[in-house]
Amino acid sequence: MRHTTTIRESRADRVFLFFIYAGLTLVLLLVLYPLLFIVSSSFSSGAAVQSGKVWLWPVDPTLDGYIGVFKYNAVWTGFANSLLYTIGGTLLSVALTVMMAYPLSRKEMVGRSVWIWAILFAMLFNGGLIPFYLVVKQLGMLNTPWAIIVPSALNIFSIIIAKTFFQSSLPKELYEAAQLDGCGDFRFLTRIALPLSKPILAVLILWSAVGLWNSYFNALIFLNSQSLYPLQLVLRQILVENKIDYTSMSATLDTQRLTLMQNMETLLKYSLIVITTIPILLIYPFVQKYFVKGVMVGSVKE
Amino acid sequence: MRQSYGIKRRIVRHWPLYAIIALPTAFLILFSYWPMLGVQIAFRNFSPVLGIWESPWVGFQHFELFLSSPYFGPLLKNTLSISLYYLAVSIPCAIILALALNEVRNGRFKKAVQMLTYAPYFISTVILVGMVQIMLSPTNGPLSLFSRLFGENNPPNVLASADSFASVYVWSGIWQETGYGAIIYLAALAGVNPELYEAAKIDGATRLQKIRYIDLPGISSTIIILMILSVGGLLSVGFEKVYLLQNNLNLSSSEIISTYVYKVGLVNADFSFASAIGLFNAVIGLILITTVNYCARKVSDSSLF
Repeated sequence: MRHTTTIRESRADRVFLFFIYAGLTLVLLLVLYPLLFIVSSSFSSGAAVQSGKVWLWPVDPTLDGYIGVFKYNAVWTGFANSLLYTIGGTLLSVALTVMMAYPLSRKEMVGRSVWIWAILFAMLFNGGLIPFYLVVKQLGMLNTPWAIIVPSALNIFSIIIAKTFFQSSLPKELYEAAQLDGCGDFRFLTRIALPLSKPILAVLILWSAVGLWNSYFNALIFLNSQSLYPLQLVLRQILVENKIDYTSMSATLDTQRLTLMQNMETLLKYSLIVITTIPILLIYPFVQKYFVKGVMVGSVKE
Repeated sequence: MRQSYGIKRRIVRHWPLYAIIALPTAFLILFSYWPMLGVQIAFRNFSPVLGIWESPWVGFQHFELFLSSPYFGPLLKNTLSISLYYLAVSIPCAIILALALNEVRNGRFKKAVQMLTYAPYFISTVILVGMVQIMLSPTNGPLSLFSRLFGENNPPNVLASADSFASVYVWSGIWQETGYGAIIYLAALAGVNPELYEAAKIDGATRLQKIRYIDLPGISSTIIILMILSVGGLLSVGFEKVYLLQNNLNLSSSEIISTYVYKVGLVNADFSFASAIGLFNAVIGLILITTVNYCARKVSDSSLF
């Protein structure tokens, strides 16, 4: 927008601009290379990856790694668990955020500042890991799906963003008009405020969903049974701890196939990374604008 | 008298507001404020049989034990050096990326760079650490391939070296988060008054001068607010990534306060000692953020609260 004038760039500016384009291209390549390397390796043969022949494009293309992932049962259990935790957790979290943010956005509410101080203090200070763990334990949620969905559902940062949005985009006049027509506080929320807040709801849903899908910490401390593990914990076992459960691949293991298995082990990691990352990267271009919007709403200070 | 009558009427008239806020308030009390009460076990000798309220008081014994233990120095040093290192690199990187993108006139190139640099933010920590291990693997990762290309036959095992732990942590974070960090500065840059650029153009300012005298002052309040926020979190470096990158060989520089609390508290079940360390951490964090906020308000107009 600011470059609409036709004054020619000075020589110094053109040199400067050249360096900017060159620098950004380099950044682009640095970001892309690891992603490309992983994708290329996932389509190469295990032997080629093991011996370090792959550096840019696939060598001896195969789909072995992907077939291995599809046979790995633990991955699918983890996937199903993650789906459950993400959907349940997101629904609860977004509902709680709206229920906290909407009343706090209304000037009519008595004691509003008490609530605001209470949530700000909770954002700056917390009891720490152990007391939090003990509360969850006391509630009998340990080693149940509830431990992943319930204790972390209230997100103070989201509340502040939603409250800011409600305050700035729902004018007082709108509420007054609705009130004259006999619309109460509750109906105003469900019939007027929420339909007008779709962009912020999209932001809250996406933030919460991506956060829940990607996190492993709560599962690490609250869950013991492998059958309850979310995908990220299963991935941790395979990618970080190198614990691969062959019985989980429903394939019989004999000595002849040992080398094959070792190659598979390497390949499995690459295909797993691709398979679990692609869904997010595919929807990402469509949801990216909501994330940008969310960051911007959050940066508005009252 | 009249006022209290008014308040009562306001509460009765808007009762749905209180009905709506009741549930999230219950969550706030249950999962934020109840644990704050539970923090008292840091001053007690917690026994699971007696519970939080009945376990015997021991005062500051756990704090003294922690502060005088040989772990205290290294833990604090590791935590601070990792987070300061990250702070010192990540903020300038995000600002430079935003300033550079702001200069680009080609809309498609700008969009492509922005989209691609932002994408790694969505990769989970577990996957990121998996990728780091693959990229830096001394046997068949790209790092070893490239070091062989330069005649180095025994590439160093970066992941097993305590000296390079902080760098691995910081630069993988830069790869993942710089694009995300730049967004907020780009938004701030978009809000700079365009008349300033026109005036500067007429005065014959170069692009670099415009960045120095218009862009940077224009985003300074954003920079300050983000710095306050990061300083408040100095002692709470992300557990998730550090814990995954840890191994026995790099532990001397990778053990930080939060991973230590996890191991002492939940792995070894020493609840009281771990709570004391956690509380120490939280109090220092609170002091840091309020101090920095106070200083920022004194020096400039920008502050968080």
